[in-house]
Amino acid sequence: MKKNIFYSSILLFFIFVFTIFFLGLDKPNFYKPKEVKNKNLQEFISKELFSDKQFSSKDIIENKNFTLINIWSSWCVPCRSEHTLLMKLSKKTELNIVGLNYKDKKNNAIKFLDELGNPYSKNLIDPDGIISISLGAYGVPESFLLNNKSEIIRKYIGPLTIDNISEITKIIQ
Amino acid sequence: MMSFIKYTLLILFFVLSLQKLSIANNISSEVDRISKNLRCLICQGQSVYDSQSDFALSMKILISEKIKKGKSEKQIYDYLINKYGEWIVYDPEFNRKNLLLWSFPLILFIFGALLIYRKVFIN
Repeated sequence: MKKNIFYSSILLFFIFVFTIFFLGLDKPNFYKPKEVKNKNLQEFISKELFSDKQFSSKDIIENKNFTLINIWSSWCVPCRSEHTLLMKLSKKTELNIVGLNYKDKKNNAIKFLDELGNPYSKNLIDPDGIISISLGAYGVPESFLLNNKSEIIRKYIGPLTIDNISEITKIIQ
Repeated sequence: MMSFIKYTLLILFFVLSLQKLSIANNISSEVDRISKNLRCLICQGQSVYDSQSDFALSMKILISEKIKKGKSEKQIYDYLINKYGEWIVYDPEFNRKNLLLWSFPLILFIFGALLIYRKVFIN
């Protein structure tokens, strides 16, 4: 009797471990961060891409109800596909799109915008990638939707999709 | 007299440059130490120290700037945890969610001790 309990508990233990590992197989093994909600954006100061003038993020963000900060780079391939969607979004007057040019060369960045159009109202540069990290970003492309109190409402990692765009338009209306 | 001044100046410059060098080394070894404890979030299985990805390179620059500003190691970890969540540090914090994880070795140990005790003293 005692032996039976012992063996069945061992069996149960192995079944338990097996199910946990088996369920774990289905889980995606890349890390997805938790959704940040209403976290304040850390203010940053950087130069504008075209004019080399210094701007503070606060001044740019707080004059419109909604701002989309888009981290992009001319060498980033997914940014290219995302760009057409950004161009569409830029036609919405309620939204202010700010670019953060990540680890890029000025000439290449300007060429990129000449070729594909410029959806950004302002384009700040991030030559070391430090500003992106202080925003909590992973790399390019990445976008943050902010309200006029500099609170991050949504965070999109990777290129924006059509679903993301419709979500953004719903929020800003 | 002239040569004396020249030599003292030379020695002075040499000593001063050494000092500068050692400060720079201090910061970079500190950056190395901290970045070894940080998980590179976009390259799984590597620490920020090991990785050469853009994310990790920027992270190292950021850490060295924080150190230059006089931030402590703990403050830097807290700053990054606040930005990226607890996953970025290798050392998981003790909280209610991972209570079982932390206490499991202890539970196993006590269980084993009980088994041995029963075997030796009761039989």
